[in-house]
Amino acid sequence: MNITLDLIIFAVLAVFIVVSAILAVSTRRILRSATYLLFVLFGTAGIYFQLNYSFLGAVQLLIYAGGITVLYVFSILLTSSEGDQAEHLKKGKFIAGLTATLAAMGICLFVMLKHKFLQPVFEHGELPVRDIGHALMSTEKYGYVLPFEVISVLLLACIIGGIMIARKR
Amino acid sequence: MFDFGIITGWIHTQLTSVMSEQLAIFLECVIVGILLLLVYVIVAIIMIYMERKVCAAFQCRLGPTRVGPWGSLQVFCDVFKMLTKEIITVRHSDKFLYNLAPFIVILASVMAFACIPMSRGLEILDFNVGVFFFMAASSIGIVGILLAGWSSNSKFSLIGAMRSGAQMISYELSVGLSILTIVVLTDTMQFSEIVMRQEDGWFIFKGHIPAVISFIIYLIAANAEVNRGPFDLPEAESELTAGYHTEYSGMHFGLFYVAEFVNLFIVSSIAATIFLGGWMPLHIPGLDGFNAVMDWIPGFVWYFAKAFFVVWLLMWIKWTFPRLRIDQILTLEWKYLVPIGLANLLLMVIVVVFKLHF
Repeated sequence: MNITLDLIIFAVLAVFIVVSAILAVSTRRILRSATYLLFVLFGTAGIYFQLNYSFLGAVQLLIYAGGITVLYVFSILLTSSEGDQAEHLKKGKFIAGLTATLAAMGICLFVMLKHKFLQPVFEHGELPVRDIGHALMSTEKYGYVLPFEVISVLLLACIIGGIMIARKR
Repeated sequence: MFDFGIITGWIHTQLTSVMSEQLAIFLECVIVGILLLLVYVIVAIIMIYMERKVCAAFQCRLGPTRVGPWGSLQVFCDVFKMLTKEIITVRHSDKFLYNLAPFIVILASVMAFACIPMSRGLEILDFNVGVFFFMAASSIGIVGILLAGWSSNSKFSLIGAMRSGAQMISYELSVGLSILTIVVLTDTMQFSEIVMRQEDGWFIFKGHIPAVISFIIYLIAANAEVNRGPFDLPEAESELTAGYHTEYSGMHFGLFYVAEFVNLFIVSSIAATIFLGGWMPLHIPGLDGFNAVMDWIPGFVWYFAKAFFVVWLLMWIKWTFPRLRIDQILTLEWKYLVPIGLANLLLMVIVVVFKLHF
């Protein structure tokens, strides 16, 4: 197996993601945890960019890193006081969490190693935005117009709910 | 129009002739990164000097005059002063996040800076979702500002960061809508392609009424998004000392300062790219002699001239209008700019569908 630049970049990103993910669950300060989560999302976006799927990478950055993490940080700033630190986990909880994690990892590894993947067909160049747009708005097979509309209705419901809760009267 | 792709292609072939292609690509990435940071710093220095001079001119002062001719070395001295200052750490603050926050802000700013085409063949990140990536990259800066405010362990910083976050998230919407209006007109999101489509007239002329409306919305929203001008509430020094970077000193403060100025340049150059043609010279269809003369001026001169023109416009606004209150800022965005932006987007769709544009 020869070492290529692609492989090195992938290894760096993978180590970055794994280390940040472990730090995200092992730190005791909630805002640090959110920051490590941000790093994990950055790393994932990096892998998407490496796969030449810049649309998904940009979505990852915009929605998760720029949107959801900001939302988390905002809600942490509004709810918890400074210097808040989580208590040490009890031994039982720690062992239960570790077992669940290992079991999940085992299942994932089992599936990935057992499954016969299709032969990777790598196309050079990026996917045109036009194709993505047509796929998002098409009503035919493999079209996503229904999920798209359902999500927009869900978001509308969330906005109305937020206004109802925030209203003074 | 000179194509810098010839030079970069030549460098690539020269490098690949002496080493393997992967090593060459790696080396090119490092060189491009260093050059990008160099341009970033130069732009920052020019911007700070320009801010002082323009501000002075609007206030009937002279600005810096002592150090160097016309005070042009003042900024360099300030940089050295900043570098030699002590970096103070605040007690009971989260040291890790406190030190990390300026770098997240800089990271977002550099990533957004790398998207902008400076001349033909001088694009660094040129995805076919370029506009989208630009917005994604610039939205990361908010995280850095919020972290800075939180980790400083100071009320002023926290209030400044919250204001800043609310303001930037809100105004990102208007920036997005006004850029989207132009994307509707071009049917591409790639920056280099957007520039190429303006060969027979800039979009502000081709898209006429909706383009002008979205240009104005973009200028207002972009000014608010970089926390400047009449929207500089997050760092309103009279009420919040300095907002989210109150507790920062030395080069950490310097990073916030530089990022703020370069962000102003970035939003201006995006305005220049998508509305005023980027590095594309002024072409008027039909006047071939005039177009040929305009082509003699190199692309990057056009680009920097347009970008600094928009910067000058924004500085004019900043030093002319008084600061808004936070509720006025949010009202302006949610009750005026967003509805106007949405209606304008619809108007642009109608214009494009019925081919009413030039």
